[in-house]
Amino acid sequence: MKLLNLDLFYIIAGGFLLLVAGRIAFEPTAGKRVGSALFWGLLAVIFLAGKALPPMVVGYMVLLMVILAATKQLTGARRWEVTAAMRGAAAAKLQNWIFVPALLIPATAVVGTLFLSKLHVGAWWLLDSANLTVTSVCLGAVVAVAVALRLTRAPLVTPVVEGSRLVQAVGWAIILPQLLAALGGVFSQAGVGPVVAELAARALPTQDPLGAVVAYCGGMALFTICMGNAFAAFPVITLGIGLPFIVQLHHGNPAIMAAIGMLSGYCGTLLTPMAANFNLVPAMLLELKDKNAVIKAQVPLALGILAANIIIMYFCVYRF
Amino acid sequence: MIKLIGILVVAVGFALRGNTLLVVLTAGISTGLAAGMSFNEIMTWFGKYFVENRYVTLTVLLMLPVVGLLERYGLRERAETLIQRAKAATAGRVLLFYTAVRQISVALGVNIGGHAAMVRPLVAPMAEGAAQARHGILSEKTTEAIRAHAAAAENTGNFFGEDTVFAVGAVYLIKGVLEAQGHPVSVWSLSFWGIPTALVAFGLMIWRTRVLDQRIARESKPPSTTEAER
Repeated sequence: MKLLNLDLFYIIAGGFLLLVAGRIAFEPTAGKRVGSALFWGLLAVIFLAGKALPPMVVGYMVLLMVILAATKQLTGARRWEVTAAMRGAAAAKLQNWIFVPALLIPATAVVGTLFLSKLHVGAWWLLDSANLTVTSVCLGAVVAVAVALRLTRAPLVTPVVEGSRLVQAVGWAIILPQLLAALGGVFSQAGVGPVVAELAARALPTQDPLGAVVAYCGGMALFTICMGNAFAAFPVITLGIGLPFIVQLHHGNPAIMAAIGMLSGYCGTLLTPMAANFNLVPAMLLELKDKNAVIKAQVPLALGILAANIIIMYFCVYRF
Repeated sequence: MIKLIGILVVAVGFALRGNTLLVVLTAGISTGLAAGMSFNEIMTWFGKYFVENRYVTLTVLLMLPVVGLLERYGLRERAETLIQRAKAATAGRVLLFYTAVRQISVALGVNIGGHAAMVRPLVAPMAEGAAQARHGILSEKTTEAIRAHAAAAENTGNFFGEDTVFAVGAVYLIKGVLEAQGHPVSVWSLSFWGIPTALVAFGLMIWRTRVLDQRIARESKPPSTTEAER
């Protein structure tokens, strides 16, 4: 039995989304209230009762959310309700105490990972060890809200009001990573991966040891660009190109191949809008005009690291 | 071959700048239809995996109330003020420092950071604050560049620290895939061979953050050169 598990945090997040939806629905000023309130309300229901609902119903709810977003039924980012001068005054009053809740989030993650994960009374565990990273971070967020409320003496409604401002700033993009993960699932159900690996193996010069390394690292990066997820690309490209050519044909070291291959996949992650949680959601969070600005900043890094990976792998994989 | 239609839909959809959610859903539906699934079946798979992957959205979502609240009480302004007192700070150095912290902590198996928890409330304002202290008011273009590089620092530190020292998720995935194919490998050798790439990534980050600092100096030249020299 785990006291702090994902389901608990899903309920907290769902409750927050429900309040966001309610706020939008009953606000006198906001335009496009119906579409916005419906979108966040549907997401709230999926967080609160996702497991209890039949998957097909959830699927159609997602379809409706996508239609709402695509037909521009959501309200855009909201303005601040407080002025910069008021924020400056608050900052001057609180001094560096304002950092305490912010730093509590990583601090809780550290304590949670290292210590709280070991706490248990019999079969009752404090943290869900299977999802340790996520539960520690969520716990950090909840602890930080409590401390921040105490510190600022803000009314209880403030986290909802300000959180709702940020939810609307990110907008529909917030569900994109989750939808992409679902797309990855549909792709694997349809058997897309093996087709790609077969094509790549046939098209690339895998008979040559260097060619095989280039094909494998490049294939990992390219397929990750298509899928948005190096974890999804790894089994496909490793079984399709890596093992048959680098390991079986040219007798390379599988550990070196796989470790550097996965990191080549991450180079693809830096380059693709499909990796929405790393590239697009941050652009929304940082309120960038150019939604591809993060990817553009990462292009030299990704290409440089990929080239280095090919060199490192070529000189090590056949030697050790 | 026809199963690859989804990848084509994604490529065309992104190129035409269609609504990204719609592009992704269309890609899934067309792939499912090409593989012989019924529409209801496709919706069922989408629903199943959407629910299973709620944790992907969860951490961002739970971070927003506290970050919003702290911003309301001047967190970003305070972070800017604080960094302006550090004379040696530049936007590039702030980001490089963050990359190092991120790489090392992830390597030790602790996931501190994140775009919502660290970059928006602390890292980006500090980098902007450092640049402002040196160059005065920044143009919108410069600010956007600093913020984009802050996100890049987070991603680079996160991805290329991960597979070193202490094995985490990715290493176990690799081990599982290789062992299923009859190639037993040790977790330690997998982690060890992640180190060269981690060093390369940090080296490239040193170069990128220098370029960023030069760019900030160039873009804010006219009003601030005399001020900086004084």
